[in-house]
Amino acid sequence: MRLNKIILSFVSALVILFSTSVASFAKVVGDKIILGAAISLTGKYSSNGVHTQNGYNMAVDRINSMGGIKVGGKTYKFDIIYYDDESNPKRAAQLAERLISQDGVEFMLGPYSSGLTKAIAPVTEKYGVPMVEANGASRSLFTKGYKYLFAVLAPANLYLDVAIETAVELNGGKPVRIAQAFEQDAFSQDVRLGILDAAERTGSKIIIDDKLPKELNDMAATLVKVKQMKPDVLVVSGHTKGALTAIRQIAEMKVDVPMLAMTHCDAAKLSKQHGKNSQYALCASQWHKSLTYKDDFFKDGMTYAADFEKEFGYDPPYQSAESSAALLVFKDAFERANSFDQKKVRDALAATNMQTFYGNIKFAPGGQNVDKPMVLFQVMCDASGNCENKVVAPLKWASAKLIHPIPKWSDR
Amino acid sequence: MDFLVFQYPMITVQACLDGILLGVLFALIAYGMALQWGVMNIINIAQGDLVILGGYIAYFMYLYGIHPAWGVIVAPVIMYFVGIAIYKLVINKVVDRDLFISILATFGISILFMQLMNFAFGADVVLANSGYGTTMLFDSNVVLPNSKIFSAFISILFAVCLVIYMKKSKLGRAIRATAQNARAAKILGVDTEKVYAATFGINAALCGVAGALISITFTIHPYMGLPYTIRSFMIVIVAGLGNLPGVAMSGMGLGVFEEFADYILGTEFRIGSVFLLLVLILVYRRFKLSRKREYLK
Repeated sequence: MRLNKIILSFVSALVILFSTSVASFAKVVGDKIILGAAISLTGKYSSNGVHTQNGYNMAVDRINSMGGIKVGGKTYKFDIIYYDDESNPKRAAQLAERLISQDGVEFMLGPYSSGLTKAIAPVTEKYGVPMVEANGASRSLFTKGYKYLFAVLAPANLYLDVAIETAVELNGGKPVRIAQAFEQDAFSQDVRLGILDAAERTGSKIIIDDKLPKELNDMAATLVKVKQMKPDVLVVSGHTKGALTAIRQIAEMKVDVPMLAMTHCDAAKLSKQHGKNSQYALCASQWHKSLTYKDDFFKDGMTYAADFEKEFGYDPPYQSAESSAALLVFKDAFERANSFDQKKVRDALAATNMQTFYGNIKFAPGGQNVDKPMVLFQVMCDASGNCENKVVAPLKWASAKLIHPIPKWSDR
Repeated sequence: MDFLVFQYPMITVQACLDGILLGVLFALIAYGMALQWGVMNIINIAQGDLVILGGYIAYFMYLYGIHPAWGVIVAPVIMYFVGIAIYKLVINKVVDRDLFISILATFGISILFMQLMNFAFGADVVLANSGYGTTMLFDSNVVLPNSKIFSAFISILFAVCLVIYMKKSKLGRAIRATAQNARAAKILGVDTEKVYAATFGINAALCGVAGALISITFTIHPYMGLPYTIRSFMIVIVAGLGNLPGVAMSGMGLGVFEEFADYILGTEFRIGSVFLLLVLILVYRRFKLSRKREYLK
């Protein structure tokens, strides 16, 4: 019995100790606003997870060094608690739960990928924790009526519909024939829905509609069909492996198609891995460094890219830029709310209307950013094989003219 | 469902050729699996991960400016020693146990390899460019990337060399003797321990070759190993152990089957159809076996 008592008191002492330490961890400690984030530092999303983390860190350092956040006449600095979600949705949800209920975090940043954001959103919603996310574009995130979810990026269904509209325009306003191949994941299927909408709007016909598997590394069958049926546009979305496989096999099989539109070109380092073979590919991007948006912290895209390169040693992909933008949004909302009350911050976030180096940010009731169009860039190479991504649409930011139709392989 | 394949006869030709070229490569991986399954009675779940590791060797050569085709020589040499190391560390402890233990052990190795590769090489999808061109047939209605032809050719070359080696060399004879009856071989002076290690090493080397070829023809990624394990498992199940022509035939058959499944059912069912076929074959074999047993009674 005595032993039991000892154990009991020991355990309760631990519990008390733990709960006090939790209290000391809560959202705002001294002059620090603590944000929580589950990021894929290992597992299949780890490279993009690291891009996301670098983007967050870059913005935290910048905002802190440029005066921090002013709330209630006091200056605060950002700090982030990271956990590694191992690219696993279940783990991500657990970690969100842990961040909120154990670490006492009251404001969250998003993870990488739509799938993981989908896993976390119900948790943050349950606890009423505002989450600004920068890497979940799936449309289904914004139709669930989440009140505490805000995405700085454009939803996935808008990724490539510009390409279809451009193709129709270049076809003299007449409908085009579309071939498409999409991986079967939430994101790519949303991109597909966007294409279906665009096709319906323009009266275009989808003649090949293939679904690609997760283990995708061979899409010869789709390309053989493309060769035989000669569509006007080929759309491919299957993350980096889709982009890499498509370019490799299109070049090897000499598939001629007037327009090739894809996602994840810069994440796949297309021009580096494939050189001239990737030329003329049209890629959807959330951001490009040549865009002329401005803010006080990073100035503009070019400066951001240069600073990022200096800090991390590589050109920032859009995944980093949008992650940095998420912090700018949080800072702006805290200052406008002038409070750390979650409801007030949430309302301030919902009323966001600002410009960052990454683009304009204004949230629709569903949480998606409606004020920032997608851009399309085209891979363009010079004679010596140096390739560069140049923005070709929308016209407002175009730094080069779209090359259309793509020259035939026999003429290259 | 899509019946384009019947509307355009050239697609049928294309699918068959693609399937055969692919199947030869599968057969090479399966041959390694059949070899060590036959000799050591171990089903190696990590087979596909060894393949991917071989692919990374070729990829890194490519990164450092060496033509990735040399990977088919370098990768097997490195992988042979990786195989021996795996044997010494893990496999020799499970080699005489029942099949279930060996499956668990190699499953563990598979997970470990996936995570290590992810840790060391990153989660990016990568490929090595061979720069080989394309062969056009039938008025350029059928296209065959030369890299696929190259990989089929190299696979056949390695398979033939291995068969000759198994027939002629001392070690080859020892391996075959151990496969037939390990105890008898041991009594007659064969160092079975050594034979086991060599067999596992040879299997890993074959995986290395296949991996190098895959990095040239397709893409590699730390988590892409399992489909290759499943395919080789299936080929071995169909062909039976120690039946090399059978392995080659069922490899090509599987390749063609996959291509047609891809055209008719859609790419999303490609791997799924392989699994389905595996289940059907297992059920069929079981059915056949049970009939035989009854007859024997």
